[in-house]
Amino acid sequence: MKKRFAPLLILTAAAFAYAPLAIQRAPYESTMGLVQKIFYFHVPSWMAMFLAATVCGIASAIFLFAGRKSYDRIAVAGAELSVVFGLIGLITGPLWGRKAWGVWWQWDARLTSALVMWLIFVAYLLLRKYGGSGSEKLSAVLALFGMANVPFVYLSVNIWRTVHPKTSVVMTLEPDMGRPFLVCALAFVSLCALMLLTRVQLENRRAELDELFLALED
Amino acid sequence: MRKWHRSFSFFLLPFSLSLALTVFGATVCAQQPPQAPDGFVPADQLKPQEQLPAAPLVIAAYAVAWVAVFGYLWSIWNRLGRVERDLQDVSRRQAAGERR
Repeated sequence: MKKRFAPLLILTAAAFAYAPLAIQRAPYESTMGLVQKIFYFHVPSWMAMFLAATVCGIASAIFLFAGRKSYDRIAVAGAELSVVFGLIGLITGPLWGRKAWGVWWQWDARLTSALVMWLIFVAYLLLRKYGGSGSEKLSAVLALFGMANVPFVYLSVNIWRTVHPKTSVVMTLEPDMGRPFLVCALAFVSLCALMLLTRVQLENRRAELDELFLALED
Repeated sequence: MRKWHRSFSFFLLPFSLSLALTVFGATVCAQQPPQAPDGFVPADQLKPQEQLPAAPLVIAAYAVAWVAVFGYLWSIWNRLGRVERDLQDVSRRQAAGERR
């Protein structure tokens, strides 16, 4: 873990240090102006959320079907990060929408499905905390549904009519806007990986503590 | 005299009432907001006082992201510290038990 932690920490710190400069240098979008700069944190936060949700789902599947306890610990870390990055996306989105669309929230396919996916991971954490014994397997099933939502949320803007910009926006960015976006995407994804490693470490130490307590009682 | 008074009140009362209503109506009409223009007005052509400033929204968005990230990092740090303390405590108790 320590081997991967240091380079990831340097990469994340460098990307976050350069991000404000890159965002400040990026030109204003012609119709939205200054408020479009929220995009540089909003989209990467959802990228990190999708990554964490996928990690949580895959780890839960391995835990469910192979019964490997260590993957359950990875799943918990992934679920917690999904909630954190999803919360950033869910707050920054309406702040952008208020200026761009004139409303804070719209119950359209993208926004609603994103909210539902976030709520699934909140439910996962609540189940883990208050579900009692055996809640690991139930929450692992919930995580599979959460992960299954990722492609639907991503493609919802292309399938249904929504007020939200389409996925093609990212691919067709001007180079002056694309570069800061890439820096921010790298910063958020590496931060997500860094937090995941640290959070898994916390779960591993908790597992060690539980084993020690059991040994002490015996 | 009484007849004159009766006819005066007969005319004066409705007159004063209608005058009061007219004055009240005129005042209310004067306070009405102007009619909204028909059709679409592009957002960039709105009066400055009707435009929503973007800077507070951008600052709020970036602040929320930083607060969430640092808050979560602090929470992990805190929980990790507590677990490490508990681990040391349990290890000490285990070592003490073995010595006995």
